[in-house]
Amino acid sequence: MELFNHNAEFKMDVLREVGNIGAGHAATALSRLLDKPIDMAVPKVSFIPFEDIAERVGGAEEVVVAIFLRVEGEAPGNMFFLMSEYQARTLLQGLLSFELSVGPDYTEMEMSALSEIGNILAGSYLSSLADLTGLPLSPTVPAIAVDMAGAILSYGLLQFGTMGDEALLIDTTFLEDERRAEGHFFFIPDPESFERLFRALGVPI
Amino acid sequence: MKEVIIVKIGMADLNIASGGETLKTTGLGSCVGLTLHDANLGLAGMAHIMLPSSEIAREGQLNVAKYADTAIPELLARLKAGGSNLRRLVAKMAGGAQMFAFASGSDSMRIGPRNVESTKLALASYDIPIIAEDTGGNFGRTIEFSSASGILTIRSVQNGVKEI
Repeated sequence: MELFNHNAEFKMDVLREVGNIGAGHAATALSRLLDKPIDMAVPKVSFIPFEDIAERVGGAEEVVVAIFLRVEGEAPGNMFFLMSEYQARTLLQGLLSFELSVGPDYTEMEMSALSEIGNILAGSYLSSLADLTGLPLSPTVPAIAVDMAGAILSYGLLQFGTMGDEALLIDTTFLEDERRAEGHFFFIPDPESFERLFRALGVPI
Repeated sequence: MKEVIIVKIGMADLNIASGGETLKTTGLGSCVGLTLHDANLGLAGMAHIMLPSSEIAREGQLNVAKYADTAIPELLARLKAGGSNLRRLVAKMAGGAQMFAFASGSDSMRIGPRNVESTKLALASYDIPIIAEDTGGNFGRTIEFSSASGILTIRSVQNGVKEI
């Protein structure tokens, strides 16, 4: 992208900070929800070939639980909260007081609880980002899928698809304190959103 | 037993295979996996199509494998160069799912069905028959296509393995 011809390193740093603030608020929300400390890794921000994105979560065929939201407003984009099935069950166990179902399928109640977690996390990510930039941003109703990572993530790459074969994404990893559970937060702003984000944050274009 | 050589097709990628090799692409969601087969030669081609039309492309160097309307001519040219006669080719396809259901039916949400439609249109313009398909739904698929038998094996998380 031409936007990154100048000052690329600085711009990447700014996006890393965007991820830090957004995911930091989301981690706090998750920590309150579970009443447990949640750690967060430093966000990874880079252009990644489409092919390699699913590698971040274990490969294209790895089955993941994904909550997807479309970000609407001045800097639209796609947001995913991804975790393994094991992590999703750990999360549910920590959150819900009822007995979890056994077997590979999730009950409607469990799916709904996971979507709601995604909704709360994405909401706190976006509202902190909206506060930071002064840009109105709002999430759509979350959608949830349990399927192959490649099939799920390719959906979030369509906006980049018309531009080339790589996408710029802000990837933040959450870790539960005992490292039993790990989740990924992917924020993939639409290509045209970067300039608006930079302008709003006073970054020279 | 002879080991089967697998030719991997990435996202927005295409290739051909022969001599009993198998073509494979993983994690098809809204993307379409198209296969073409020439039974006489045991020659096969596969494309992992991501978007319906190159008209929306804004990239400098067009990746022809990405769009239905450009991937099919390119795959046909490769098969022709491999000795195939277009009149012998038959097509199979899988994918084109709608991974997430939303109330708002904006165009980008319907990308799976649109990929399927454009792929069919492009095939029709070359008079290539589609002899089998497993498209739509709301789930991901991994596919393998045998250049020897022309059998397309489809794997999904919810529905297991099926052959078409």
